[in-house]
Amino acid sequence: MIDLHDITKVYQIGDEKVYALDHVSMHIYPREFVSVIGPSGSGKSTLMNIIGCLDLADAGVYRLDGIPIEDYSEKQLARIRNEKIGFIFQNFNLIPKLSAEENVELPLIYRGVKASERAERVREALDKVGLTHRAKHLPTELSGGQQQRVAIARALVTRPSLILADEPTGNLDSRTSREILDILMELHEQGNTVVLITHDNDIARQAKRSVHILDGRLTEVAL
Amino acid sequence: MSFKMALRSIGSNKLRAVLTMLGIIIGVMALVVLVSIVNGATRSVTDQMSALGSNYVEAYVWSYGRKALTMEDLNEWVESEPLIEAVAPDSQDSSMVKYGSKSQRMTIRGTTPAYYEINGLQLETGRFLKNADILNGSRVCILGPSAVDALVGYADCVGDEISLDGLRYTIVGVLGKSDSLMYSGYGDNVIYIPYTAMVRQFPNVAEGINNFYATAPEGTSMKEAEAAVRAFLSEKVGTDEWGNENYYVYSMDVMENAMGSVTNVLSILLGGIASISLIVGGIGIMNIMLVTVTERTREIGIRKAIGANRGTILRQFLLEAVVLCMMGCAIGIFLSWCILRLANVVVADMSMRFALSGNVVVLSVIFCFVIGVIFGLYPANKAAKMKPIDALHYGG
Ligand SMILES: Nc1ncnc2c1ncn2[C@@H]1O[C@H](COP(=O)(O)OP(=O)(O)OP(=O)(O)O)[C@@H](O)[C@H]1O
Ligand SMILES: [Mg+2]
Repeated sequence: MIDLHDITKVYQIGDEKVYALDHVSMHIYPREFVSVIGPSGSGKSTLMNIIGCLDLADAGVYRLDGIPIEDYSEKQLARIRNEKIGFIFQNFNLIPKLSAEENVELPLIYRGVKASERAERVREALDKVGLTHRAKHLPTELSGGQQQRVAIARALVTRPSLILADEPTGNLDSRTSREILDILMELHEQGNTVVLITHDNDIARQAKRSVHILDGRLTEVAL
Repeated sequence: MSFKMALRSIGSNKLRAVLTMLGIIIGVMALVVLVSIVNGATRSVTDQMSALGSNYVEAYVWSYGRKALTMEDLNEWVESEPLIEAVAPDSQDSSMVKYGSKSQRMTIRGTTPAYYEINGLQLETGRFLKNADILNGSRVCILGPSAVDALVGYADCVGDEISLDGLRYTIVGVLGKSDSLMYSGYGDNVIYIPYTAMVRQFPNVAEGINNFYATAPEGTSMKEAEAAVRAFLSEKVGTDEWGNENYYVYSMDVMENAMGSVTNVLSILLGGIASISLIVGGIGIMNIMLVTVTERTREIGIRKAIGANRGTILRQFLLEAVVLCMMGCAIGIFLSWCILRLANVVVADMSMRFALSGNVVVLSVIFCFVIGVIFGLYPANKAAKMKPIDALHYGG
């Protein structure tokens, strides 16, 4: 479903050119669990933003479901981000003014789901991450682990086929990280494609397939 | 749903919202209060003036040699027509007038006592025509102020004799200079005599009434009175062989016309000033919306990441600007209402009443909406155009 070919992303910083991604080619099949590991600054987030249609490559071809990404309209891309992809960020990226359940509800509003069905699905998603009792709380009233679980609920409430997690446990202690990872594993078992970005080898080892990225260059790691 | 979101994000910073709305509130208040006060004052003046009885319908009839309309026709009609209060014929001719050693050609008008009220004349001394004068065809006359100046000078002439084309008339009254608007327009170098005396002396007047005035009873609009006059004339006088009407009717709603134009000028002037302050208020809204958009760049990024497209974001911020404007508008209208109530208490003894004019309220609502859209569009578009990744990474 995801097909990257010779993807290059260059940042110009002063006179210096930084290759965040350097001719990256990669294929991700449906129902795969892929972990991407690499040190800080190696280009992991850049890769994920391109896969998630948040950013565009400077060169190369990215085909999503067989269609080059440039051929999608702005509206279609927004729809893909809404329906097909669930994002989980390292810094949670919840909207601070909205309560947990409202944050989770937002993608459904953009999708045009009826209010009654929205309430049902929000409850379901929060239940899945074990946060039903914190539904009315604002993000600032939640712990980091709880915020990340809200973010996961938001990502899976639209039942996307692709979950992109960018260091979802980077800001969490090991026990909470475990819980988050368990949720991701469970999603994978239910048939979702999961791309997990991390710089932790232990976590990466959980995945069936692992790719290594260094200075914008990608290598497959045999487990 | 998105409406609720807009209300919430406005509510999350109440002080700022109120300060932003202040421009709109003041603008709306200026518009509504000023225009309502002008309207109220005008209405009060118009009411007072029309209580003086200066509104009338004037009719011209072309008789073409036949006796189209007689005094009897008019009297019968005014008896049976409830929409008409009084009617006075106005027949004119000119004649050589002699008083003492002075003689001069002057306009003679033959009419009835009702003319005095209808045209708002004012007596200086003596009396105007009486019913008995009409019945008897008495040879009495009343001089207009310019006629007095020309013939008499400063002497008291009531009771003196004057001759019109050799026939002697007794002067029974002298008119003063009137401030009445329509009166000055006709000139006052005139001598009034009974209509019946006129018919007897001036042969071309005997053909019938060519010109008359009618008034409506209190509470009847001039439009209705005019319609009644038209109905009467269409029956009595009708049309010529080519279908053209043989009459012309003209409704002189003097105060309404005069005050109307004054009010319009004032309303436009004040409305213009108020509109400028509304536009200034709109600029304030644009300013704050730009700040809001910048502050919420990350939020915009998040929204885009989870599926908001350009249109969604545009609508969200546009709605926020419009809601802000409309809230300001509502508060402004409410405060205007309070001010007008207060003004009513203050001027209670001046027979003036100020009411929130519906038109102005509708106008200001539309105006605020348009301002919200115009000044909200740029910030909203700025938000909508943001690239998701840049927005997400804004400020960390
Ligand atoms: N907006 C930008 N402007 C300039 N350079 C950038 C920008 N975004 C990323 N880079 C550069 O691209 C490279 C890759 O960045 P990226 O965020 O993908 O790293 P990462 O692997 O996610 O790191 P981390 O593990 O710290 O999140 C870095 O060297 C970074 O400096
Ligand atoms: Mg990163």
